[in-house]
Amino acid sequence: MSYILETRGLTHVYGAGTPFERKALDAVDVAVNKGEILGVIGHTGSGKSTLIQHFNGLLKPTSGEVLLDGQPIWTPEGKCPRAVRFRVGLVFQYPEYQLFEETIAKDIAFGPRNMGLSQAEIDERVAESMRLVGLSEELAGQSPFALSGGQKRRVAIAGVIAMRPDVLILDEPTAGLDPAGRDEILNEIEAYHRETGATVLIVSHSMEDIARVADRLLVMSDAHVFACGTPREVFARGEEIISIGLDIPEITKVILELRRRGFDLDPSIYTVEQAVAALRAYKEGHKC
Amino acid sequence: MLNDITIGQFFPGNSPVHRCDPRVKLVIEIAMIVTLFLAKGLVSYGLLALYLFAVIKISDIPAKMVVRGLKPVLFIIIFTAVLNIFYTPADHYLWEWKFLHISAAGLWVAFFMVVRIMLLIAGTTMLTYTTSPIELTDGLESLLGPLKRFHFPVHELSMMMSIALRFIPTLIEETEKIISAQKARGADFDSGNLLQRIRAMIPILVPLFISAFRRADELATAMECRLYRGDVGRTRMKQLRVSTVDYQAIAFSGVLFAAVIILGRGFGL
Repeated sequence: MSYILETRGLTHVYGAGTPFERKALDAVDVAVNKGEILGVIGHTGSGKSTLIQHFNGLLKPTSGEVLLDGQPIWTPEGKCPRAVRFRVGLVFQYPEYQLFEETIAKDIAFGPRNMGLSQAEIDERVAESMRLVGLSEELAGQSPFALSGGQKRRVAIAGVIAMRPDVLILDEPTAGLDPAGRDEILNEIEAYHRETGATVLIVSHSMEDIARVADRLLVMSDAHVFACGTPREVFARGEEIISIGLDIPEITKVILELRRRGFDLDPSIYTVEQAVAALRAYKEGHKC
Repeated sequence: MLNDITIGQFFPGNSPVHRCDPRVKLVIEIAMIVTLFLAKGLVSYGLLALYLFAVIKISDIPAKMVVRGLKPVLFIIIFTAVLNIFYTPADHYLWEWKFLHISAAGLWVAFFMVVRIMLLIAGTTMLTYTTSPIELTDGLESLLGPLKRFHFPVHELSMMMSIALRFIPTLIEETEKIISAQKARGADFDSGNLLQRIRAMIPILVPLFISAFRRADELATAMECRLYRGDVGRTRMKQLRVSTVDYQAIAFSGVLFAAVIILGRGFGL
């Protein structure tokens, strides 16, 4: 068993006892494999943000438990050790708004410094994470507030990567970026995953982004896990996914429409390459 | 911790209390505060408490939420009670120890003080619970209207107030987000000495200020784009109008407050 993160019957209720009481997670069982890239998809209010905040102990489950490497992250006394936050790095949505230091290097060093590392180790990690997110060395001494939005976001992601977490969770890392910026950020996340072998969770509602990088997908809907599996397995249920108000990749929509018109194609196609191959094969098959 | 802030919180509804004109509610509120300070004995305070219970009942606001509004002032309530119990001078003391003494009169004063503060806070929370911030500032602007003659910037003030009230929940949400983000990077707000704790606030305050300025800037641009240029020539979508429910509220409150004042001042009840 190599689940790095696991939840069992995880339930979270917001505002218990007020008129605004709302169940954000209802008996959720999720297992994350070591070293995979897991895409988490869901509507606003489906519980995905609540779920990821349980993974590093920022939120306490109303009931159920969260296991990291098979160990519950909450002690029986109801405490969550700070070390969990260093092992499970969480990058929030629009992380550029959390920058506060005078220089980029100092801001990235905030996490490692909180870990109590030596100055030499901190410097090394800052340099390494700046390289990983594609920030040039000369920027280290500059103010983060002088940067562009996309660059600021890189600094914020580097600030979490510098803690060298075993699990890196990113909430909507590409929100509000232009297509080029999105590609770059996704490439850097993939590079980080390749180089360090860390487990990566990406929350997004862009199916295109997620289908591109994820090994497996977790679809949340209405406080429950709606589907969990490889992109192929998940997108094979394309019509159901549309019915809960989520989008599927454009190419999958094309294939579904073709199927409706009587072409017998695999409904789980989710990249243009797969579609091209499938259509070629179809053409060949019907020539004979 | 931040969830306890109920100032400016509004519970939408369609009760007669909600439908009341904000100006009428504001005037009644002020009258109630004045009456509260003129009440004297069990009967007059009891009558006012009953009045408030009736208002809460009619408004459909859960009583629990009103009690929650009292939580932030709990310390002040306890503090006043303790001071009054121990320091009210009297001829006859029930209990004495050095400079501390308890008298029957002191207990009564403390009791009425506590009731007075609680009613005061509960009354004002009811006003904000049942009146949207926009209505409230509209009402205030209309009531302070005559001051415009003396070049008092009534409209500007009420606009500033609307904006401030509008942004309280936004900034609370923002603060919670920033706290979570810094915690995720291992920030520690709960240990260390005073100096360390103050320094631990920097990672929260800097982003919060930056975001407040950014929001202010964006809002100013948005207002300019819609050609906002202050009070002159500005009309309202919702005109304030005094209707039947307002007359009923005025009559009900007026009679009751008069009774309280007569009982309290005239008969000392």
